[in-house]
Amino acid sequence: MLEIQTLRKSFDGQIVLNNISFSVQKGEVVVLVGPSGCGKSTLLRCVNGLERIDSGAIALEGRVLTCDKTKWPLIRQKIGMVFQSYDLFPHMNVMENILLGPMKAQKRSRKETEADAERLLTRVGLLDKKSAFPRQLSGGQKQRVAIARALIMKPAIMLFDEVTAALDPEMVREVLDVMLELAEEGMTMLIVTHEMQFAKAAADRIIFIDKGEIVESGAPEDFFTNPRTDRAKRFLNMFSFENRKKKGLGVK
Amino acid sequence: MQDMGVRVLFEGANGVRLLKGLWTALRISLLSMAFSFVLGTLLGCAMTLKNPVVKAAAKIYLEFIRIMPQLVLLFLAYFGMTKAFGIQLSGYASALIVFTMWGTAEMGDLVRGVLISIPKHQYLSGLALGLSPWRVYLHIIFPQSARRLIPLAINLSTRMIKTTSLVVLIGVVEVLKVGQQIIEANRYAAPSGALWVYGAVFLLYFIACYPISSLARLLENKWKG
Repeated sequence: MLEIQTLRKSFDGQIVLNNISFSVQKGEVVVLVGPSGCGKSTLLRCVNGLERIDSGAIALEGRVLTCDKTKWPLIRQKIGMVFQSYDLFPHMNVMENILLGPMKAQKRSRKETEADAERLLTRVGLLDKKSAFPRQLSGGQKQRVAIARALIMKPAIMLFDEVTAALDPEMVREVLDVMLELAEEGMTMLIVTHEMQFAKAAADRIIFIDKGEIVESGAPEDFFTNPRTDRAKRFLNMFSFENRKKKGLGVK
Repeated sequence: MQDMGVRVLFEGANGVRLLKGLWTALRISLLSMAFSFVLGTLLGCAMTLKNPVVKAAAKIYLEFIRIMPQLVLLFLAYFGMTKAFGIQLSGYASALIVFTMWGTAEMGDLVRGVLISIPKHQYLSGLALGLSPWRVYLHIIFPQSARRLIPLAINLSTRMIKTTSLVVLIGVVEVLKVGQQIIEANRYAAPSGALWVYGAVFLLYFIACYPISSLARLLENKWKG
């Protein structure tokens, strides 16, 4: 489905991604984890051409996407993307936000897409908000609309870039539940997240990236319980807490 | 005394002349504003380009126009051009040129500010949906920019209406000049006329500008958030 080979990307001479190679099979959920600034989000943006790559190759459904010859608008219609900052268009209501892509980019008819949009809104539990404006929604609701907005394009793969990082804790769940459901239904997904519990539950495969390189990849049960590299161990340790008091390590 | 003063406003065609003067002032500002809107939008878009030459040229133009008092610009256009190149512009034409240049600079800066105030992610989200860059601007960036821009542009036009009172000094007969003429003509017959005439001029400016700035406030509230 998606294949990435020896991808390299730099900003102003500084290499942010180096020698990245991996592939995502149809229906597979791959979760990218790693410290902040390791290049995960940049990698996602390279996949749909929002960042230009220096060298290497990305292929989607067997078609190689090289920056200059590729018709990115057409490719991007097959790649749904949801961002951290749930960027709904503030001057449009929920329905208009969802309809913009299919009507203006894919030239689908309003009637057909509206029915689709209502189905998707029902699915993310927000049909009653279809005439609401983004400013009237909570963060979690906005993010669910953003997911519906990406799904209506009928993408072959979905990219999620830290979609819960900007949400209040109590709203994280509703968004992750939608994503878990998608995973169960067999959507191909490439996810960047810091929610390790979620990664464990949703992923078919974890890829650990540090300093722009793939350090380790494997099944979630292996990665989380038995990481092979020191860098992965150190990273995972940041997410676990020990009760220092009970161990007698607390301040005396 | 007082009642004699107020009478000058209604003598002969004085009232109508004042209104005509106001219309001259408004015509200069509305025409200049219309030109400024078009040219300023282009200038503002140009200023957001990454091309260093375009950027520098726009910046120099903007600073030059904004640093110069409008009166100096008016004198430059009206007297300076005649002296230097023998081009004789009428006061009205000079005013139109100067106010358009000034309005373009101010408008350009507003447009630039508004365009860069739209979060970059709005643009990325549009692209990620598979819209072409042009459609992203058409459906996402421009509509949001317009909402932020229109109240600012309306405020600019009230500033322009007020500033047109300077054109008296290059011989354009607008509302203030008509007022002065009326006062001069009645200097002995109605010595307190000045207060009434200037009062009437004040009122006329108020009537012209108040609805405009109310409209700006209304739109600002409506589109907030």
